[in-house]
Amino acid sequence: MDGFPILSLMLAIPAIAAVACLFLSAETARWTALAATLVDFVLGILLWSGFDVGGAQWQYVEQGARFGFFAWDLGIDGFALMLIMLSVFLMPICIGASWRSVTNRVPEYMAAFLLTEVLMIGTFAAQDLFLFYLFFEAGLIPMYLIIGIWGGANRIYASYKFFLYTLLGSLLMLVAMLYMAQTAGTSSIPALQAYDFPADVQTWLWLAFFASFAVKMPMWPVHTWLPDAHVQAPTAGSVILAGVLLKLGGYGFLRFSLPMFPEASGQLTWLIFALSAVAVIYTSLVALVQGDMKKLIAYSSVAHMAIVTIGLFAFNRQGIEGAMIMMLSHGLVSGALFLCVGVIYDRLHTREIARYGGLSINMPRYAMFFLFFTMASIGLPGTSGFVAEFLALMGTYQVSTWIALLCTTSIILGAAYMLYLYRRIAYGEIKSEEVRGMADLDRRELWLLAPIAAVVLWMGVYPESFLAPMRKDVGVLLQRIDRAAPTSDSQPTPGNPAAAPAAAAHHETTPGKAH
Amino acid sequence: MEYATNLALTLPEVVLGIGGVLLMLVSAWGGPGATRAVSWTAVAVLAGAGVALLGPAGGGGDAFDGLYRADAFSTFAKVLIYVATAVSILIAPDFFRRTAGDDLRPEYPVLMLFSALGMGMMVSATDMLTLYVGLEMQSLAAYVLASFVRRDLRSAESGLKYFVLGSLASGILLYGISLVYGFTGTTLFDGIASAYAADAAGSAHSLGLVFGLVFVFAGLAFKIAAVPFHMWTPDVYQGAPTPVTAFFASAPKVAAMALAVRVAVEAMGPATDQWRQIVVFAALASIILGAVGAIGQSNVKRLLAYSSINNVGFALIGLAAGTEEGVAGVLTYMAIYIAMTLGSFLVVLQMRGADGVQVEEIASLSGMSRTRPALAAAMAMFMFSLAGIPPLFGFYAKFAVFDAAVAAGLFPLAAIGIAASTIGAYYYLRIVKTMYFDEAAPAFVKGNEGPLQGGLIAVAAVVISPLGYLTIPLLAGWSMAAAQSLF
Repeated sequence: MDGFPILSLMLAIPAIAAVACLFLSAETARWTALAATLVDFVLGILLWSGFDVGGAQWQYVEQGARFGFFAWDLGIDGFALMLIMLSVFLMPICIGASWRSVTNRVPEYMAAFLLTEVLMIGTFAAQDLFLFYLFFEAGLIPMYLIIGIWGGANRIYASYKFFLYTLLGSLLMLVAMLYMAQTAGTSSIPALQAYDFPADVQTWLWLAFFASFAVKMPMWPVHTWLPDAHVQAPTAGSVILAGVLLKLGGYGFLRFSLPMFPEASGQLTWLIFALSAVAVIYTSLVALVQGDMKKLIAYSSVAHMAIVTIGLFAFNRQGIEGAMIMMLSHGLVSGALFLCVGVIYDRLHTREIARYGGLSINMPRYAMFFLFFTMASIGLPGTSGFVAEFLALMGTYQVSTWIALLCTTSIILGAAYMLYLYRRIAYGEIKSEEVRGMADLDRRELWLLAPIAAVVLWMGVYPESFLAPMRKDVGVLLQRIDRAAPTSDSQPTPGNPAAAPAAAAHHETTPGKAH
Repeated sequence: MEYATNLALTLPEVVLGIGGVLLMLVSAWGGPGATRAVSWTAVAVLAGAGVALLGPAGGGGDAFDGLYRADAFSTFAKVLIYVATAVSILIAPDFFRRTAGDDLRPEYPVLMLFSALGMGMMVSATDMLTLYVGLEMQSLAAYVLASFVRRDLRSAESGLKYFVLGSLASGILLYGISLVYGFTGTTLFDGIASAYAADAAGSAHSLGLVFGLVFVFAGLAFKIAAVPFHMWTPDVYQGAPTPVTAFFASAPKVAAMALAVRVAVEAMGPATDQWRQIVVFAALASIILGAVGAIGQSNVKRLLAYSSINNVGFALIGLAAGTEEGVAGVLTYMAIYIAMTLGSFLVVLQMRGADGVQVEEIASLSGMSRTRPALAAAMAMFMFSLAGIPPLFGFYAKFAVFDAAVAAGLFPLAAIGIAASTIGAYYYLRIVKTMYFDEAAPAFVKGNEGPLQGGLIAVAAVVISPLGYLTIPLLAGWSMAAAQSLF
């Protein structure tokens, strides 16, 4: 498939469809959006099937025209491929999820979603620093409109918070990017990944990128925009927010922070570990006491994203692969959970957990799906969540036993809040006549949830399909960052009394637990 | 040098001057009935002046023994000025007929022409006296324009305020010029530059030169409305008739900014370290105060006034760099800024109540995305673009100046400035929110913008849309050539 600009085509189709939607009626706009996203999904499958696993690092490379400060350079590696697949897979589902529930300004809604798809694919496929930034930052506009126009009661506050929080973070990153492009004399991402900045400069650049990605991720304590945005966004908005937009932060760490500033990453691992450990424990506890379903899942997202960050900064294969699988798995599972919430929200128009109960009696199929995704979120073996958490925590354990210990509580606490949620919604007696009157999943909703469930199982049973395209890229990344890897706190000390250095190393890598 | 050569170099000004005088005669005899013809003729005169830039006036060098210079820099600025002035002329007649109750008097386009003439002199000035005469010529026309709706108290107040404060600024500037002249012995930029260079080379700095520099910059800051000399802007912008406000926010801004750049680089280039502090302060203060001040505004014209203060701050970041890239950044910024600000004011002109009278409250934009979807979409694009959000073209403007600042090693300036642009984003978002998220208010009078204004809005929207990126190679090359002519 060399030479055929399939990535540009994947960007062009939703872009054209988005403009077309604005001039169509509601029903036609729905079908147009569905068709465009499905075509993109098919192109995505072609992309994956044509991807040469173990081949060149960058494939489908397109070197386009240069516009002053950025070039239209596209290309993907295994990481980008997987995340693009996630985007194009979730997109038709989002359109389907909005089929009936969005009746207001449908053409604009569909256009905003299609635009989001363009920008997400573009972000993952960009090979030019500033092209990446354009896509990355432009995503704010459609999401701001989606939350603000079609969101819940407190949507305006949430939309502002989302926009300004993420904007502030990414602007500092822009200054760092300007410096990097000037110093290295290129804005090509592959070239910058091979460029060594002086160690002291790296720290500043790393912090500037961190400001952006930590907000996108989101990491504690800058996560507070996420619950607001999730709760107020329409169902499909939440799905795309949790499913793909949160992955931009992790992708950023993977694409920029680690390979471009390995020394700084190594030195500041403690910061990531500390914040992640706090996030896991704190947000899991917060999730336990939520009375709003979407808020609960939003907090669980923050906890799961913390597993991604510790995995990434473990500087070893298991950690990074686990983090990537966690991103994919979380994208599917939390997206599906938001869809599940959307299903019952459409019927009863409340997200309050206390209003529901006993749904397994009158909505058995729904209860089955919901249980499955609950288990996947907890990380039950056989689902994608297990593979992700297991790998990420195993990788972390090799670096810091303490952080691994603290973060493993995510599994226990996750089980606690998810099962508690499920018990309150699905088990017990039927709460009220309203609840009794709720119909089980219809055919459309079944079609939305079943594919996700299938992929979650696939990823849980045979993760090799998803790991294989990334394997070589993880190797390349490790080769690059190995020199800066933090020392492990659990090195075996062979024979003679080498207790002192071991203790020193232990001291160095674990200040995180104090937080 | 021969006189004919001098005239050829100043041909745009000659065209504007003769055209202006002739049209003044026409308007004296023709009365209000001649307005439309005079307006279109004035636009033709501006176009003629633009065509004249293709000749030696576009880069032929010095005229009148170094009092005036035609180079790529002045050409760039003049093109922007002529375009902005032409748009400001074209949008006026409709507005005055509806709002002022009587037809627009034909003096309006004539004054615009004289103002454009003054601005042309400003950007070409290479002597303090040319500078001053050009500035006054532009300002005097502007004072009258601000109070052009004679029966409206606010308009009169606006004109008077502009006049008093503008005179004060001219006084400050003149005092600075006199100090500079006293301590350098010349009013020519080249001579001043060598005096500053000699001063910089010596061990003891002359206090008089520093004082002169400070006063000149204070006077110029007044003209570009940079903090702390910005106080007149919101009142004048609010009170002046909307087409005039659009004019104030565009053409004179470019002229004054270009003038400031030329003075800073050509006359005081050797003293860059001294004026950089002033520019850095003015830039950051303008960005922050312009953004914070805009948050509480309920009048859209006042809001845009603060937005212009905010934007001047960003443009000054390029000047603070003091490099070729920086100057090119300033020019790029002003070019894109003109499209955004004229577009915004064109939309504001469409805000009319049931009786056709201009409405200026932001609240009356409520739900405009339902009643006037295309207009709301255009306004939303202008707002996101002014906030510098990609993929709109306003992002490139910010990119250009910040790129130059980072290249010059001004990291704290760049970091603080760019972080403060988040504050600015808040109030631009507020307009989008009002149009898209709020319930619909009574619709504005529909469909009477006419093909001309609708077309101008569409052109501005296309320029700042992602399609604008296609012009980057051209814009970057031209602005760089213009900047290099200063160094």
